[in-house]
Amino acid sequence: MELVQSFPFITIVFSLTCGVFCAVLRGNRARTLCLSWLTVTFLMSLSVLLYTLKSDGYYIYRMGKWNAPWGNEIRVGVLEALMATAFSGVMLLSVLGGLNHIFEDCEAEKTNLYFTMISLLMSSLFALIYTNDLFTAYVFVEINTIASCALVMLKSSGKTLVATTRYLIMSLLGSGLFLLGIVMLYGITGELLMESIAEKVREIFASGEYSLPLTVIIGLFSVGLAVKSALFPFHSWLPDAHGSATAASSAVLSGLVLKGYIIVLIKIFYRIFGLSVIVSERVSNFLFLFGFLAMILGSVGALRERDLKRMLAYSSVAQVGYIYAGLGMHSQAGMVAACVQILAHAVTKPMLFIAAGGFMDVSGGNKDMASLTGAGRRDPLGGAAFTVGAMSMIGIPSFAGFMTKFTLTQGALQAHTPLMIMALAAIAVSTLLNALYYIPAVFTLFSRRDDGKYAGVRARYTPSYAGATVAFILLNLGFGVFSQAIVDAVSRGLAMFGA
Amino acid sequence: MVQLREFLTNLFANYYEAAAMILFGIGFTSLLMHRNLVKKIIGFNFMDSAIYLFLAAKGYITGRLAPIITDGNTDPRLYVNPIPTGLVLTGIVVSVSVTAFSLALTCRLYDKYHTLDIDEITYLARKERD
Repeated sequence: MELVQSFPFITIVFSLTCGVFCAVLRGNRARTLCLSWLTVTFLMSLSVLLYTLKSDGYYIYRMGKWNAPWGNEIRVGVLEALMATAFSGVMLLSVLGGLNHIFEDCEAEKTNLYFTMISLLMSSLFALIYTNDLFTAYVFVEINTIASCALVMLKSSGKTLVATTRYLIMSLLGSGLFLLGIVMLYGITGELLMESIAEKVREIFASGEYSLPLTVIIGLFSVGLAVKSALFPFHSWLPDAHGSATAASSAVLSGLVLKGYIIVLIKIFYRIFGLSVIVSERVSNFLFLFGFLAMILGSVGALRERDLKRMLAYSSVAQVGYIYAGLGMHSQAGMVAACVQILAHAVTKPMLFIAAGGFMDVSGGNKDMASLTGAGRRDPLGGAAFTVGAMSMIGIPSFAGFMTKFTLTQGALQAHTPLMIMALAAIAVSTLLNALYYIPAVFTLFSRRDDGKYAGVRARYTPSYAGATVAFILLNLGFGVFSQAIVDAVSRGLAMFGA
Repeated sequence: MVQLREFLTNLFANYYEAAAMILFGIGFTSLLMHRNLVKKIIGFNFMDSAIYLFLAAKGYITGRLAPIITDGNTDPRLYVNPIPTGLVLTGIVVSVSVTAFSLALTCRLYDKYHTLDIDEITYLARKERD
């Protein structure tokens, strides 16, 4: 076994350890430790990605060298390594970009705890990406929930506390359903490792027994994780939580945390049940329908919002809808589209939130569009980042978001007729709606007609904010330019993702 | 009629699991519907305990022993599977930490608004500027 094969395990465990150390260090030192560790995890994930691309296959890392039915496993393929690389890089950039806000919004003696939560969140995201064991997935889903709720309530105003409470309640409902699904599946199959469960599930399906319980279990997994990842009818908590948190928290929550749960759901679909079962149980139809509604109604919600951060949060609802629409398309191309969207949204939305944080700095801390008029001129770097993000969200070619719409359309064209029409209509309408709220927002941000209240204010750039926004812009353009390579990598990863 | 009788027989044969599902439903609805935050947290604990009851009931086989070998007898038919119990313990640890977190959050909300009613808190929070 080569050293690089242990990196996924090291990133998970040492992120937890880093969290523990941050809890006892003082603010500045915790920041240094956390940021340097995030850089190391990024480099490690990158080397794992290069290794999996070269070796062209997945490998299984057995914890403590226990063999299959009993041990706990990590399974690493191209897709997992790609997600981990993207997530750790985006996490690093988001924390860097929102660094000033963290120190402003947080009580001075508690800043180190913010970095503790970031480390725990990173650890749980890695674990959700890599794990091959259902119960481990549950435990890390709960760690993820606690860490992300703590990130929201860092700014201890009344609004964030209420938003956290609502977020926590919805998350607990979701994880309760998810746990019930795991326990019922364990009751039927007696296994926890995904491959072993898949084998038993195939036998059970062949024998024709337990067909109702299996449908219920698939439903519990889908609903539980859909609540946690804010799929359309369960999205009510998201705008409050993401709209009121500090810039780095909003960026991380919107860009990464929602995706962690979706990756678990894809894993369950692929490794445990297999795509054909998901289609024959008609679960994918429901996922597609709700994704379809989210794509349109999320954008409508964003269109009605006058508060920039809440508008971005509603746009996340729509973007999560794209992922679920891809999942629900019954086809390999739809799955590729869903995974590309996970990555594209992960590199785009944090940039928008970090830019929004920069605009608030030059507008007296306000985030309504009226106060933000002209903010893009006062903070040109943030303005550039926001413009690039908006272009990407609308789906202009050569930006990251274009590839999502392109692959999603490809997936739609392979589907059967009614679904194809619905999907194409949803993509068209949603793109139009995106343009309808992002373009006016960009125009307002660069408008010369600011009321003069903040006219003289100029952004004072810190190296971290400037570096993060520039890196985000380059990342987005790079994603757009090399999108074909990314789509190929995702397709290769998905081919080895299943059982 | 025959189907109903069969259904009821199955329900009574698996009374632990049936009770667990009913408790889960009670917990789920109180977590979702109750306005009082503490009652919501109690509902959450109901929900998780119901799942542990389900697991423990599934994991125990009447007449078998805990898998600790004392007299050298290694016949697996004598013992129960220890994994469900281990899962219950892990689950309890998770739900204890989540409960602690939610109680801490409730304390902060009570300090700020002097009420535990989530609707009232939402109303009060909406009125203030952030």
